[in-house]
Amino acid sequence: MERHFERDLNDLKERLLWMGSLAERSVHQAVHSVLDTDEQLASRVLAEEDAINELQIEVDDRVVQLLALHQLMAMDLRFVLAVSRINNDLERIGDQAVNIAQGSLRILRHPRVKPYVDLPRMSEVVEEMVRDALNAVVRRDVELAQKVLASDDQVDNYRDQIFRELLTYMMGDSSVVFPAFELILVAKNLERIGDHATNIAEDVIYIVQGQDVRHPTVDRR
Amino acid sequence: MSHRLRWRKFVSHFMLTMTGLCAFVAVAVLFFILGYLLYHGGTSVSWNFFTKLPAPVGEVGGGMANAIVGSAKLLILACLLGVPIGFFGAIYLAEFSGGTTAFVVRYAADLLNGVPSIVIGIFAYSLVVLPFKHFSTLAGGFALGLMMIPITLRSTEEFLRAVPRALREGAMALGASKWKTIASVVVPAAYRGILTAVLLSFARVAGETAPLLFTAFGNRFWSSGWSQPTASLPVMIFTYAIAPYDDWHRQAWAAGLVLLGLILIINIVARVILSRGVAVPRT
Amino acid sequence: MASVRSAVSVNITPPVATPPSREAQAPLVMRMTASKVNFYYGPKQVLFDVSLNIASNKVTSLIGPSGCGKSTLLRILNRMHETVRTSRVEGEILIDNQNIFAQDVTALRRRVGMVFQRPNPFPKSIFENVAYGLRINGTKGSISDAVEKSLRHSALWDEVKDQLHKSAYDLSGGQQQRLCIARALAVEPEVLLLDEPCSALDPISTAKIEELLVQLKDLCTIAIVTHNMQQAARVSDFTAFLLTGQLIEFNPTAQLFTTPTDARTEAYITGRFG
Repeated sequence: MERHFERDLNDLKERLLWMGSLAERSVHQAVHSVLDTDEQLASRVLAEEDAINELQIEVDDRVVQLLALHQLMAMDLRFVLAVSRINNDLERIGDQAVNIAQGSLRILRHPRVKPYVDLPRMSEVVEEMVRDALNAVVRRDVELAQKVLASDDQVDNYRDQIFRELLTYMMGDSSVVFPAFELILVAKNLERIGDHATNIAEDVIYIVQGQDVRHPTVDRR
Repeated sequence: MSHRLRWRKFVSHFMLTMTGLCAFVAVAVLFFILGYLLYHGGTSVSWNFFTKLPAPVGEVGGGMANAIVGSAKLLILACLLGVPIGFFGAIYLAEFSGGTTAFVVRYAADLLNGVPSIVIGIFAYSLVVLPFKHFSTLAGGFALGLMMIPITLRSTEEFLRAVPRALREGAMALGASKWKTIASVVVPAAYRGILTAVLLSFARVAGETAPLLFTAFGNRFWSSGWSQPTASLPVMIFTYAIAPYDDWHRQAWAAGLVLLGLILIINIVARVILSRGVAVPRT
Repeated sequence: MASVRSAVSVNITPPVATPPSREAQAPLVMRMTASKVNFYYGPKQVLFDVSLNIASNKVTSLIGPSGCGKSTLLRILNRMHETVRTSRVEGEILIDNQNIFAQDVTALRRRVGMVFQRPNPFPKSIFENVAYGLRINGTKGSISDAVEKSLRHSALWDEVKDQLHKSAYDLSGGQQQRLCIARALAVEPEVLLLDEPCSALDPISTAKIEELLVQLKDLCTIAIVTHNMQQAARVSDFTAFLLTGQLIEFNPTAQLFTTPTDARTEAYITGRFG
């Protein structure tokens, strides 16, 4: 029997996914503003930040209402609680994209430090993680979520590699310190985005299986 | 076993036996009467009994056809008077009246019920027989009708009250006026009880003799119309039983049997109707 | 690789193509209003200066602890309180801006129907139960069509369509209650009042009736008294909280249950008392 709160649940899901798509786009545009030295893309990211923040407030509002008005149980309850967390992660992703865009605006004033090799690869992986995480939410796909979790190490490695490489450049030529440093920050931001995507994937597993897979080192009993 | 305990057990068994015996006697009396009637009157219940007029005094044979028809006429009149008044009076009591009025009406009805039947007879005599200067079926029916009123009224009222308040509220909430509610919901819901009440009061007055003695009086022949005196089963029993003729005695037994049989059948039918359940919803 | 990716258009398709729509809120019309209603059973006052509105095509619920007067208030709305001789009402109650006390009471009760706590079908067939209101109001037109429509609206048609002439008492409790709803709907009331309609029913029947009420909003205005505040939270658009005959708070349900304005409301809905 279809209950009328299912309509509200679907509304919530739609809003979350729209927010996710906005966040995804922000990441893509921000990254490409760096890779392609495109000032316009960076400005667009900054302009679209408000939309994401507004949605965060709206989603949280709806979460509170759903919990207060309908005695949700089992997967419905886990879903709504997880939405609240995913909501935060998406807003943070948006924030990180803004940071990247701001960094991009600073970088483009300087000549390119080196041809970008690892950065595009890293950004591809991260963008894929975000996309997969959101798809996992839509489809409640645990396998896809596991894939996202597995990619986290790769992203960490990329960040370390970029860091080491740019460090050597900075040590060799002090004039590139400023842009190189900004690039390191961009890599850091990307890695944080990857972490948030991982969080979202963990939430998907919680929704579907009821298992809290955060902090595997913690002893659960 | 202690002495006290033995005494207690004895008393318990003794009382059980005594109460059982009394119950048995009560039931046995009915069967005894029935048996007596069957034995003495069973053979006289014949086709003649139902179809022939009484034979001239002294002659054997004849029947009680006129008494049977007479009783029927009297009872029809009684119903025409007693049932509507009892029914509508009960509706008034159950649906419209407040505390004080209801109490007064009910008390009056109970008192009327307790009035000796012969007094009712006198009343009917002075009201109907004297003005018209002769005994009549009308007078007899009137007397019996008066007796039917309180029984019908009180029983019907009980059954109307037993209809759950929720049904009335349901009808009123749909926009039914008070009277419509009563007519279309309350009375249909109580119809089994009301029918039973009517049948039982009918059975009660069917055997009344005293009031008929000086209202319908009696008749050895057919009585035509409603203003002639008429024979009736109970009065015939009275007349025949104290007469010196054996044949008449036998016919009196037969009449008694028929009357008792009629009353028993009505009672059984009434119980069966009621046992099909007063209308209440299952929850 | 990088150059190929950078040539990709930035207008990527997100998982959701269009932003979710925001429902336009139609302006509220007040179907019934109660102003400064005081109610007495003989010398005892039961309601104190209660004023509230029942919005059209919405569900308004009345909640509160036992004895707070919520059922009393509901029964005044269709003048059912008049069955008790000693009752007395002060204050104004309007339906469509007409005084309910100035109209013929039977005409009012056709416009404002009621469903009671325990199902109370008549001892008639299922068909005759639903047709009752139509018959006593002398409705022209096909009664059996109207009966079918009503039974469909109360989600009972499929279960009883082949047994319309069976006694209503053969139905289960939940079905009987839906039959009573159908019976009330048959006369096409503007307002439907329900007095704790699910308190005598099992959880599944309760859920069915709750879903029914949400759908019936389109058909008529609904006011429901419930002692189960979770039910009020699930089903209603507006909630009124009463306490010992006073209206403490009256707000949209979402607001009342998340951020109530009165401390007593908060104490009640958090289960601290009552």
